[in-house]
Amino acid sequence: MPATLHSDSPLVPAIKLTGVSARYEQNVVFDDLCLEIAAGQFAGIVGPTACGKSTLLKIILGIHAVSAGQVELYSYPVNKVRPGTIGYVPQLGSVDWNFPVTVEEVISMGLYTNGRIWPWLSKQERACIRDLAHRLGVDDCLKNHISDISGGQRQRTFLARALINNPKLLILDEPTSGVDIKTQHEVLHLLGDINSGGITILLTTHDLNAVASHLPWVICFNRGIVAQGRPNTIFTNEILTKTYGGDIVIVKSEGHLLIANSTPLNFIDEHS
Amino acid sequence: MEFLLEPIEYEFFRHALLAALMVGASGGLIGVYVVLRGMSYVGHGLSHAAIGGAVIGITLNLNFYAGACAMGLLAAFIINKITKNNKIKLDAAIGIVTTAMFALGVAIVSKMRNFKQNFEAALFGNILGITEQDLMIIGLVAFFTLITMFITYRALLFSTFDNEAARVFGIKTDSVQWLFSLLLTFSVIASLNVIGVTMVAATLIAPAMTARMLTDRFSSMIISSTIIGAVTGVMGMYLSYIFNVASGTTIVLFSVSVFGLSMLVKPLRNAYRSRQY
Repeated sequence: MPATLHSDSPLVPAIKLTGVSARYEQNVVFDDLCLEIAAGQFAGIVGPTACGKSTLLKIILGIHAVSAGQVELYSYPVNKVRPGTIGYVPQLGSVDWNFPVTVEEVISMGLYTNGRIWPWLSKQERACIRDLAHRLGVDDCLKNHISDISGGQRQRTFLARALINNPKLLILDEPTSGVDIKTQHEVLHLLGDINSGGITILLTTHDLNAVASHLPWVICFNRGIVAQGRPNTIFTNEILTKTYGGDIVIVKSEGHLLIANSTPLNFIDEHS
Repeated sequence: MEFLLEPIEYEFFRHALLAALMVGASGGLIGVYVVLRGMSYVGHGLSHAAIGGAVIGITLNLNFYAGACAMGLLAAFIINKITKNNKIKLDAAIGIVTTAMFALGVAIVSKMRNFKQNFEAALFGNILGITEQDLMIIGLVAFFTLITMFITYRALLFSTFDNEAARVFGIKTDSVQWLFSLLLTFSVIASLNVIGVTMVAATLIAPAMTARMLTDRFSSMIISSTIIGAVTGVMGMYLSYIFNVASGTTIVLFSVSVFGLSMLVKPLRNAYRSRQY
């Protein structure tokens, strides 16, 4: 029988990976990985393209089999976790925006875990969707087709689908990609608010500056954990160079971190 | 009014009308998922595989439907297995598996000429020769499709839209895919005598594509597509009677004409909206 998770103790890690190895056929993605994310944490995984971030997320989500090791969520094996315990927001780039669904229909997909077989929504379900949409600021566009809303509203729609079951753990794949800086800030701010309500959040991103300014915990990843900790302690030249394999410039100004690659500003002039 | 009532006096036409209504409705319903899952070519392929099975079935003195069903399911199973590891794409797998099964049927027909008429009926449809047994099978398949689609609506919608997230939310997506393949195979086989192998795919796809032009909402698309499938089936039958053209062909041509008209709806709707603002 699937386990219902009750433990809210911060002593119980939300995510615990022990000696986990992942492969795609003969290719090893990572080997003997150990990772713990504390309950209530708001953590981001950063790393270069094809470093295994998405595979790591899929393993935590229970949709990619491990070739060795154990994955536990709140002390339960990942395959025994009750559906609805994890909320998941996929990369928006993978969504088919021509699919005939409205914002309301997307959010209602999350209600599958209720076990209700009727295709239509009950009054209670409708009210639940309306309340959550109102909280996330998409209540005005519930009847809109998903392609008829802004990038920020799209992210909030998928966030609403992930949150509709009141999950304990929220996992997001690249929530800051494909949106402008202002929307990035809004999304991360919103995630911060959700996290302060007690939900553990783990996300992947390429945006180091957004991570530095919004996330309290970062994992630098490249086919294994390079380092993890608070952004202001682990965002160093040495760690980022080791993670990304190229020179990175870090500027500290008035308590803020600004991270860029070391490409000189006259690069375009020299190559045009 | 007389042109509507006159053909109903004939029993063969009443059978044909009922068959076209049920095949059209169930094809319209299942066609929504066929189109949205990018499986438009599957219906076409499965009908070819089924015909190979039907011929083997008849050779072995079995029922037409038994052979078609066995081969259709075998084709669906092999296609699902071949494409599972993503090395071979769906269209390639359908092409190789179903054409081989169809070729087997043609080879047997060319060797044994005694059931050539049956084979032609399955190729091009023989809606005016629909028996009560055919009607019963079509009715059962339509009923089973409707009930299953109703019960699995949420799982089918979620897994069609976002298969990966559906798994995270506890949907057994592999089982959903198998169930869908089963329904599709049954629907295709039930349509064989009505529409014919060569035109089954259009009855699955055209109503769904028409409905897509009319709405952006999934629930509306499902309802519209089912109604469009049923109406075009019935209207196609009447047109076939009036113009004395083969019924399967007329249903398909009418269905595709309706789709052509529906393509005008979206630009008109957008123009109307822009005038309002």
